[in-house]
This record gives sequence, C-alpha cells and structure tokens, in this order.
Amino acid sequence: MARYQNLFTQVQLRGPLEAGPPLRDSTFQRSGKGFYNYWLGKLGAAQVGPVYLGTLGMASLLCAFLAFEIIGLNMAASVNWNPVQFVRQLPWLALEPPGPEWGFTPFVPLAKGGWWIIAGFFMTSSLLLWWLRTYRRARALGMGTHVAWAFAAGIFLIITLGFIRPMLMGSWAEAVPFGIFPHLDWTAAFSIRYGNLFYNPFHCLSIVFLYGSTLLFAMHGATILAVGRYGGEREIEQITDRGTASERAALFWRWTMGFNATMESIHRWAWWFAVLTPLTGGIGILLTGTVVDNWYLWAVTHHYAPGYPGTGVIDPATLPGAPK
Amino acid sequence: MALLSFERKYRVRGGTLIGGDLFDFWVGPFYVGFFGVTTAISALLGTLLIFYAASLGPTWNPWLISIAPPDISYGLRLAPLRDGGFWQIITIMAIIAFVSWALREVEICRKLGIGYHVPFAYGFAIFAYVSLEVIRPFLLGAWGFGFPYGIFSHLDWVSNTGYQYLHFHYNPAHMIAVSFFFVTGGALAFHGALVLSSVNPAPGEAVKSPEYEDAFFRDTIGYSVGTLGIHRLGLFLALSAGFWSAICIIISGPLWTRGWPEWWTWWLNLPIWS
Repeated sequence: MARYQNLFTQVQLRGPLEAGPPLRDSTFQRSGKGFYNYWLGKLGAAQVGPVYLGTLGMASLLCAFLAFEIIGLNMAASVNWNPVQFVRQLPWLALEPPGPEWGFTPFVPLAKGGWWIIAGFFMTSSLLLWWLRTYRRARALGMGTHVAWAFAAGIFLIITLGFIRPMLMGSWAEAVPFGIFPHLDWTAAFSIRYGNLFYNPFHCLSIVFLYGSTLLFAMHGATILAVGRYGGEREIEQITDRGTASERAALFWRWTMGFNATMESIHRWAWWFAVLTPLTGGIGILLTGTVVDNWYLWAVTHHYAPGYPGTGVIDPATLPGAPK
Repeated sequence: MALLSFERKYRVRGGTLIGGDLFDFWVGPFYVGFFGVTTAISALLGTLLIFYAASLGPTWNPWLISIAPPDISYGLRLAPLRDGGFWQIITIMAIIAFVSWALREVEICRKLGIGYHVPFAYGFAIFAYVSLEVIRPFLLGAWGFGFPYGIFSHLDWVSNTGYQYLHFHYNPAHMIAVSFFFVTGGALAFHGALVLSSVNPAPGEAVKSPEYEDAFFRDTIGYSVGTLGIHRLGLFLALSAGFWSAICIIISGPLWTRGWPEWWTWWLNLPIWS
C-alpha cells in the first residue's frame, strides 16, 4: 500500500559542484565555488552558490540597505530610540508618507514625510537595478528574458501604489506607508474610502489571477511530482522531445477535465496568470480615486451591485459647507 | 472522439476503486468510472437547483443572483427550501461532487500509473470549502454562517464577515495565508518564466538545458532549488495558502470573537518588556 510518493529526496548525490556555463560579456567572475547543504537537498538542489556579484547587484543591495535603514531608523526615532520599545512596538511602527498638505511636491521636510520619499526612492532604485540584473544575467547565459518581464509586472504594481497613483491624485498622502500593520491599515482604509474595493472589477480580476496562480501551481507541481517516476521534472527535455511523463501528465488532465496543456504551454499559462495578478491589480489601483470615487455606487450604476433603499440619514459630506 | 496521437495506448482497463469494469470507460475525452457517475449526478442536480432557486429569486442578473443559507434562527436544522433549504441541498451536492471528483482523479492516477499528488492537493481545496460551509457554521451553531452562492453576494459575505472582526488583516492565520498566496504567485511567475526563457532563448540561440536554469538562479540570488525541487516547493506554497486560509476562517468566531487587532495585545503584554 505505502508507496514512494516523491515528496523528499531519499538519496542525495555528491560530486564536484556545478560551476555553471561560461558567462558572456560579464565584467566579473562568479564568486565562491558553492557548497552542499543536506537539508536543502531533501527538498530540492543541495548546492548553494556560486553567485554572481555584479555592479548592478551590488548597487541594488546598497539601495535596498539604505531604504531599510531609513525606515528602521525613522521607526526607532518614533519610539524615542528606546530599543525595547522598538522591538515591542515594531509591528505597529511606521514611516508615513507626507500629509495631504504637501501635495505632490518632491521637497518635504524630512520629519514630515521627506524620509518616506527618500526611502521610496531608494527602494524603487533597488528594484529597478535588480530588474536590470535579472535581464543581464539571462542574456549573459544566452537565455530569454521572461523572468525579467515577470518581475517587471510586480515592480509596476509597487510603483503604481507608491508613485504613479499619488502623482495622478496630486498627493503623497495617497501612498502606502512603510510598516507591517500600517500598510495593512492603509489597505483597509483605502477599500473603505473608495466604497469597497471588492466592487472594483480589476480587483476582481487580480484576485482571480492570484487564486488561479495558486491553483495552477498546485495542479502543475502535483502533476510533475506525480509523473516524477517517469522523469517528468526534466521539463525542457519533455518539451523538446516528448516522453511518457508528458503523455501521462497530459492524459491525466484530459481524462479529468476534458482539456490539457502541453509541457510548454502550462508554463505559458503559469506565466500569464502570475503576471496578470499585479498588472490587473495595478490597473484597479490606478482607476481608484482618479476615475471612480466609490466602487459600490459605480457598481450600482452598472447593474452589478444591488441598490438599497435610503435610510433617511443624510451624508454630512454632501451638505453645503462640508470640508472638501 | 478526438484522441491525442498517443492516447490509444494508454486507454487500458483497470485501476478502478469501485465498480470493477462496469464504469471503466470514457465519454469523449472524459474518463467516467463510478465516481464520474456520482460527480455527474451531484453536479447536475446541484446546478439545476441553483437555476431553480435563482428562478424563484428577484433577478436573473448573473452578477446579482444569490442563493442564501438559512437564517441563523434555524440553527443546524434543515430549513424550508425557499428559506435556505436550497442552499443546504446545493452544499451537500457540491461536497458529493467535489469528493467524487477527487476519487475519480485517484482512479485516473491509478490507471496512468502516476502518483496521487493531484487528488491530494485537490483535497486542500475541498477542505477550504468545507471549512467555510460546514465546519465553521457547525462550530458556530447555525448554517446561516456559511457564505451565499452568488458572484457579488459572496464578496459581500467576505466583506461583512471580515468587518465583524474589525480588521481581518490582523488575523495571524490570514497574514500567513496571504503571504503564501503572494509568494506562490511570485514563485509561479519565476518558474514559468525560467522554463520559457530556456526553451525560447534569444534569436539564433540553441535551447538551453537545466544547467542554465540553475546557473541563472545561482548567479542572481545564489541558490537554485532545481527542476524537481521547484515543483515540491510550488506545491507546498500553494497548499499552504489554501490550508492557512481555511484555518484563518475556522478560528474567526469559534476561537476568537473580538476584533483581530485586539488579539495582538498578548505581544504588547509579554513580561519581557518591563
């Protein structure tokens, strides 16, 4: 009854470490020779490293470090540099963007949100430099640049939240604060302010792609593990020269749901579902407050939310003299 | 019947759990089996009940059709059809259909001589559904705590249930679940992209081997989990997302009835701070 189900690697091989193919047009060589780690080898590859430390990577890490430090030091300052309170309150601490009175001016006093702008600048620089790194590393190996473009979709969402939408709204105050609980508070407040983001059709799409990505990875990961005894994880060979692993994997889904991907097309499904998650989400963010002020009322107008009878309570925001 | 060019040699008898050879056949591309029959009957009955219950409702607008569970006052009893009884029968049909589907997948796995990973993984999705519609309502003592069947009405349910706990993002299991969802999405993007970038290299380049895939990730982040490992990792991440989603809703109400932000006061009150 009990059979090997390919959950962990039972026999690990040890030989010379893989150095990797030669790099083209690269300034530096790979650093280190790498080493083996037994526990990593239980799940996947046992080899760690070597790594390529290029100019872009080092610049990116430097920017990330600066952003991290600015955020952390501002949080420490907010608890009067008390190390105990810093740890105790860390999940609640924030580095907030400038208040609405500052509009979208790039020149804000440091303690009034200027640090937030600088931290955001370094975080964005870090991401863009790392993006260039993923592009260059792929080209140095003669590979396609699909990883870089997938990464770009995620960067698009981050820049949308922290820069493009605040610019369109003309206010830094629209941006997301740095901080664990504070960024969650921002998310909830954003949804309530704009009339429940669940009625934003692009939010719907983004959730569909997020859950769809999870579903796809469960289906794909499980399928490949299930045909592991036929060498299914050697996907590139299966794509270029189909074997029984691909055939069984395809037939499993064909017999289950009447449709199957191929060994290559499943990775296109995967790429698009994953990439469309932040892309559609970013579009939803861009439309919120700029084009649509209340998604629930917008949904009522467009016949996909029920309208409810009035309660007789007047919304004070609609009265003359209400603050704009 | 359209066959894949290699399909015929795989269409052999055997591997069934129940029924021997009786249901061991295909309809078009679909394998049937005993559990295919139970899937078809329960799915058809459930779908027809959804349409019938919708016909009794106020709208045919597909966004607004909603079939609600019984009122809380019915507790865990059966309710009249129009007062949530439809919802109850549809839920039973759905569970029969989902479980039958999983067992049918098991039969297909056996027939193809492959591992049971897919039905095992699908079990997590069924668990998440049963958590929402059976386990949590049962623990709270009323079917009325389940979510309604409707496109936007189930989103309203999520919204309302979340705000009952003031701010659901502070639910620690929800935090874990959302993190797993995001990480799964990222990992899927990278895995799909890595394979595509190997078999669709720059113009004029030869297709790249897994050695290049490993080198790309080692060069970039210092570690490549490898061709087999990424599928284990992806399956683990995806199932964790579903599992913690189920946990985060089961504990909301049965274990914690106040606002989730308040839950975190244990951290602020640890004796180590003074």
